[in-house]
Amino acid sequence: MSSKGYIQSYSIIKNNRVVLNGEEFFAGGAEDDFATFIRALYKKLEITHSSFYKMDDMCKLGLLATELVLKDAAIREKYSDTEIGVVLSNSSSSLETDTAYYETVKDRNNYFPSPAVFVYTLPNIVIGEICIRNKIKGENTFFIFEEYNPEFMTDYVNNLFVSGKLKSCVTGWVEYYEGHYEAFVYLAEATQGDNRCIHSAEQVRKIYSF
Amino acid sequence: MNSVFLISDNVITSLGFTTRENAAKMREKCSGVMLSEDSFISPIPFYASLVNTPLLEEAFGSLNAQAEYTRLEKMLITSISEALRSANVDPSSDTTLFIISTAKGNIDLLEERLKGRFPKERLKAAVMAKVVSSFFKNPNPPLVVSNACISGSVSLLLGKRLLEGGRYKNIVVAGGDVISEFTVSGFQSFKAIGSGPCRPYDEARDGISLGEGAATVILSVVPGPKGAIALKGGAVTNDANHISGPSRTGEGLFLAINGALNDASLAPEEIDYISGHGTATNYNDEMESKAIHSARLEQVPMNSLKGYIGHTLGAAGIAESVMATYSMKHDILFATAGFSKMGVTQPVNVLSDNLEKKVKKVLKTAAGFGGCNAALIFEKQ
Amino acid sequence: MTTGAFILQNKLEKYIVFKFFIMEELVNQLKVQIIKALKLEDVKPEDINPNAPLFGDGLGLDSIDALELIVLLEKEYGLRVENAASAKKIFSSVKSMADYIAEHKKA
Repeated sequence: MSSKGYIQSYSIIKNNRVVLNGEEFFAGGAEDDFATFIRALYKKLEITHSSFYKMDDMCKLGLLATELVLKDAAIREKYSDTEIGVVLSNSSSSLETDTAYYETVKDRNNYFPSPAVFVYTLPNIVIGEICIRNKIKGENTFFIFEEYNPEFMTDYVNNLFVSGKLKSCVTGWVEYYEGHYEAFVYLAEATQGDNRCIHSAEQVRKIYSF
Repeated sequence: MNSVFLISDNVITSLGFTTRENAAKMREKCSGVMLSEDSFISPIPFYASLVNTPLLEEAFGSLNAQAEYTRLEKMLITSISEALRSANVDPSSDTTLFIISTAKGNIDLLEERLKGRFPKERLKAAVMAKVVSSFFKNPNPPLVVSNACISGSVSLLLGKRLLEGGRYKNIVVAGGDVISEFTVSGFQSFKAIGSGPCRPYDEARDGISLGEGAATVILSVVPGPKGAIALKGGAVTNDANHISGPSRTGEGLFLAINGALNDASLAPEEIDYISGHGTATNYNDEMESKAIHSARLEQVPMNSLKGYIGHTLGAAGIAESVMATYSMKHDILFATAGFSKMGVTQPVNVLSDNLEKKVKKVLKTAAGFGGCNAALIFEKQ
Repeated sequence: MTTGAFILQNKLEKYIVFKFFIMEELVNQLKVQIIKALKLEDVKPEDINPNAPLFGDGLGLDSIDALELIVLLEKEYGLRVENAASAKKIFSSVKSMADYIAEHKKA
């Protein structure tokens, strides 16, 4: 087996624009707030996810970015649930939601800790939501970097392919903090098929220029 | 492929500042879970395992730091320093990598009483990790794993894989989390905190005890002089069921246990001790015992250490693995503090007393929010 | 019927009607609060049948929603639910929540 996998499909969500495999998939109003934008993307994708509105913004972002790269990939037809994994990363962990949660406790005169917010105060919950929706049970991990680290991420996922731990992996960067959001999520696979390019840091840097 | 060895370690919890201190307390069945009335953290008293602050300041103080560090950073740095003391490893070498495991990082910096003490960016785990690795003058950007309660286990497995890749000679894997108003209130809102010190697998269990602490393992491809415990394999899975409740069947953890056994090329009957996750919630312990049954390991002596040190989140997988390796080196399995009567529908062999036993092949399980599961296999060479 | 009895019956009917409207208002208020607290963005108050089970099918609520409803009761009505067993009964439907509030809420 080659030491590098292949990128099957990729999505970029940034500045209220959505790019799928290099082409614009959707553009929200430039002045729309995130809630409006992401709701519009959700409707555009024409999917039903019963807990969508309960999710925090980072999870909505990550779930829909994943939906884009998986919608035509039929991974569950090609692989079993443990052969597919999710390896994601960001810089701010779940800090946006952490701050929102803390608002529910910081004033002791208005102290109502919210379990529905607290449950999202971990960065790997977005992985949980992706796994639940797509019935993915394989290797999954969330990394924190100051900046997106394609060298580490591509190496790590490629090693999971080479060692036979995974055959397919949703991977990338899902960041949401203080009004800035950015998702670069792609589907990497161990074997070459109808694939776009080699799964390497160089290739990732080429396609993730938005 | 070369094996990966644990050549040095440290654990800092309410029980002490070294692995040995922690073990001594566990031998005496002395729990560090106490009632805390710190009203800054919670308006109502709560049970938790807290690191002794004056002792922490003293231990950290002896390291002559030149800058200000947060509580978590102090615990991590002290733990790593202690582990480095008995390892022939240069932390400032580029052949040494740091991996930091944490669920919430410096989350206590959100609190009013700490406002303005540190730059806001210290809330970011990668920044915090760099502060820690820079203390030791390490030139490599540290890796940070933040994956809820399995972070520690995942970090150890990550360290193993990276060492096998050949780029590093030694990997310092350190994990930690602090008790804070944030975390305590959150678990209280989940009604997940027990009414007393937690009771893993017990009929009367009613929730977790939170704990804080830090733990370190130094991994190497060279065994080190004192006989070797190897990290033979591991696996990470997801239940794909619910974001905060574990799968009722325990399937995800079972798949992780199986995956770990395959990775280590071992059969289930070779496992002679299980260090369980045992958080003492109704669901976790029930799920975990089902997974152990599915893996045909229900006869294997097992325990949970959370009755002693609480659930230390990002430190848990590392601290509990270190104590498991202590058991392997000293032929003693610790009683499960808080356990007296089996309370899961598929009974497992939970130790209610210390057991002197030579164990060579050990399974460590963990599960976390987000539906994640991890299993590690340690083997005495 | 004597005038007195007639007046009393009238008052009683008015009282019953009054109570009915109070309860209806409470139920409607609760629906709005539940939708907001549980982020049921695609659900309108008129979509919720006050007598239908809240959990199970229908609204697809889960254990976290149950915990959040406990917070709602405390925050909006000052009522504390101590344990899971009583919670199950109180939250079986919007109507049962309204009944609980009407019964326990301090004036």
